[in-house]
Amino acid sequence: MKNWPLWEVFIRSKNGLEHRHCGSLHASDATMALENARDVYTRRMEGVSIWVVPSAQITASNPDDSAELFEPAKDKAYRHPTFYELPDELKHM
Amino acid sequence: MDKDLVQYIFGIADNALILGQRLGELCGHGPSLETDIAMTNISLDLLGQVRSYYQYAAKLMGDDTTEDTIAFLRKEREYKNVLLVEQPNQDFAYSISRQFLFDSYHLLLLEELQNSTDATLSAIAKKSIKEVSYHTRFSSDWIRRLGGGTEESHNRIQEAITHLWAFTDELFHQTDADKTMVSEGIGVDVTKLKDAFYKKVSAVLEESTLETPQLQYFQKGGKQGVHSEHMGYLLADLQYMQRTYPNMNW
Repeated sequence: MKNWPLWEVFIRSKNGLEHRHCGSLHASDATMALENARDVYTRRMEGVSIWVVPSAQITASNPDDSAELFEPAKDKAYRHPTFYELPDELKHM
Repeated sequence: MDKDLVQYIFGIADNALILGQRLGELCGHGPSLETDIAMTNISLDLLGQVRSYYQYAAKLMGDDTTEDTIAFLRKEREYKNVLLVEQPNQDFAYSISRQFLFDSYHLLLLEELQNSTDATLSAIAKKSIKEVSYHTRFSSDWIRRLGGGTEESHNRIQEAITHLWAFTDELFHQTDADKTMVSEGIGVDVTKLKDAFYKKVSAVLEESTLETPQLQYFQKGGKQGVHSEHMGYLLADLQYMQRTYPNMNW
């Protein structure tokens, strides 16, 4: 069990919505990861679709680089589309 | 009251109750958090099915009978579950082998019970079949995984399958109540499920590089209420609260 790799779990809660990361779990193979994800994360009807991805396959940004990666965006309010009027029919924006 | 129908319901529902109780024992003790939750999920599925069956039986029995008195207040001989489901959780190989053997049978049974002329039983079967399809997938995958895993896992799962094999034949025995219910179109003729069961189970075992045990003598008795020594201990756990504090609720 200690040797079981870690998997990241993504659940789509409703048709039309995107898969969202909801947690991680241990499993020896992809089939087991899917079954475990079903049992651990969709017991209360949370999902209509599951993705599992080996955690080792995810390349993450380094927190030490946060300053150069994210801070330059801070003072560029004009990049936010807050100046547009959205029609009421448009949901999930 | 239709006594045969009630006995027939017990014959199906008691399997789910006793197996549900066995799986419930693993709560907090599963080999990993993920497996622990998976096994107790299956337990809850089974107990949910049991409630539907017992509520129906309680209605047929009338008087003060409720689903709870049926579940908690019968004597050992009045439980009609097969010996297979009361066998203990010796280790994970035993728990998952017991599950695999029972699921394989359970799915075949429910597929037929859907066609029962009894509307309630047919409805319960239709609802349960989705759950049991998943149980079968889950336990079969584990048999494949352990059979094709390491030498240790292969040997241990083979040992568990071989040990529990002696309890498989009883699944296909008919009680008198079964025969009456079959003749009325309500019950499933389990003798007709036997070939399909052994074929299906052997196929999974073969895929898992495991041997299908060859046995001449099998264990039986549960369907008549004659249980193995494990049953008394299980019932002591199951019934303790209601016997000590009658009618307690939470």
